[in-house]
Amino acid sequence: MASCPKLRIDEVSMAFKTPAGLYSALAPITLDIPEGRFVSLIGPSGCGKSTIFNIVAGLLEPTSGRVLIDGIEATGTIGRVGYMLQKDLLLPWRTVLDNTVLGMEIQGVPMHEARGRALPLLRRYGLTGFEYLYPSALSGGMRQRAALLRTLLFDTDIILLDEPFGALDAQTKLHMQEWLLRLWSDFRKTVVFVTHDVEEAVFLADEVVVMGTRPGHILEAIEVPVARPRLRTVALSPEFITIKQRCLELLNVNAAALGEAA
Amino acid sequence: MALQDTVGRLSGTEAAPPPATIPAVAKPVRRLPVNKDWPAWAIVATQIGILVAVIGLWELGAQTGTIDAFFWSQPSAIARTLVIFFTAGDAWTDIAFTFQSTIYGFMLGTTAGSLLGLSFWWSRNYAAIVQPYVICFESLPKLALAPLVILVFGLGLASKIAIATALTLVVSTLTTYAGVKALDPDGEKLFYSLGASRWQVFRKLVVPFSLPWIISVLRVNIGLALTGAIVGEFIASQHGLGRAILYAGQTYDIALVWVAVLVLSMLAVIMYVSVSWVERLLQKGVTH
Repeated sequence: MASCPKLRIDEVSMAFKTPAGLYSALAPITLDIPEGRFVSLIGPSGCGKSTIFNIVAGLLEPTSGRVLIDGIEATGTIGRVGYMLQKDLLLPWRTVLDNTVLGMEIQGVPMHEARGRALPLLRRYGLTGFEYLYPSALSGGMRQRAALLRTLLFDTDIILLDEPFGALDAQTKLHMQEWLLRLWSDFRKTVVFVTHDVEEAVFLADEVVVMGTRPGHILEAIEVPVARPRLRTVALSPEFITIKQRCLELLNVNAAALGEAA
Repeated sequence: MALQDTVGRLSGTEAAPPPATIPAVAKPVRRLPVNKDWPAWAIVATQIGILVAVIGLWELGAQTGTIDAFFWSQPSAIARTLVIFFTAGDAWTDIAFTFQSTIYGFMLGTTAGSLLGLSFWWSRNYAAIVQPYVICFESLPKLALAPLVILVFGLGLASKIAIATALTLVVSTLTTYAGVKALDPDGEKLFYSLGASRWQVFRKLVVPFSLPWIISVLRVNIGLALTGAIVGEFIASQHGLGRAILYAGQTYDIALVWVAVLVLSMLAVIMYVSVSWVERLLQKGVTH
């Protein structure tokens, strides 16, 4: 299979039992993500973005459907993808360095070897001087960097980022976006990126997947044919604005439809 | 202009000029209360002064007969008894006995309690089943079991350790469990997403996370362990400061009661201060 996608979400659906009956959080969703692609996922709260991530990371068993990695069944298996949750979840009793090696450590890599691998990366990606500090001494942006490097150092081909920059101020957020793109172009990972910020979604991604809610489903997948490396000013170009408008339209239509239903 | 008109209409005093000053209502003038700190030497001097005054008045009262020295004894007699207690009496044996049962009970109860509290993380079912028993044991006045404990464990050190352990165990269990419950489920999610086993999550997340809780009960527990040891000695024992107090009381040797209480409180203070020091050291080691 030459065209085997890196990650295939195949007719995955999710329903939760509630006192009021079965609540369908996710309608059957199918999504193919080729190797090395950067895909943004946007949608209103409760559209099942985090549910998809939990299913792909193996933390949640889908009601139906399968997750395929390299064409091989991976439903319900953990440790196959790097997953960065909304919170940085750095362990306060570990130094930044020891936090970033957590994934390797759990996989059984000897501690000194793991540290040896992590150290140059920390230094190359903007954490010089912070290696031996504890997370409490770090700013929000630095903590996110450490958390992202922890995800990267886990060394999986696919990484899932759940609103990693959601809690940062606007200025830091811009820096972090560029930092992330640099990281991505160096490592060539397959990235799925969840965000609420449409501009962020379009700026970063090769493809933006817009989701609707009740139950969560895919409204449209939009290609972003903007050349890389992208400068900030790309956000002012007509093609960028067209894509952004289309995304906003989709999100609005969905919200309006919900408003009528309510 | 339009705004002024509106304001004028609203206040109902059209065109009337606003009063230049607000009519003077006598407001009480109040300054921020200041609590002036005395210098350290003044505090210490006052403390010593109070102590000397109390002892002096006590002695004076006993000499003049205002205070019944038979019931209350008197400082000079207490001082004499103190010297005898240490030179001719069992002071060191008693201190060592009480100290040992306290320390053993403290360590046993704290360790077992912490492990029990941590173990509740492993299975929600197990925690749900065991919880009512722990709560029952917590609300039970454990000292009421002391006579039974003496019967089972005998008159020696073992029974005192058992009571001290019983008192400390529950506090450690419940506090550690509170720590375990405060664990962010997302932390576990992170570990599992990295492919961790349950044992890895326990060792690398649950235990280090709960350590501050475990450490925070050390100071409470050393006091409880001492109480347990003393009560054990009250009920039946051949040694210990608790036995010395009980024996002195029964033979109307009130001076000896004071001496034993004095030595006991010194022991308590020394243990409390050392454990506080260890606690601070450990807390510094585990939190950043």
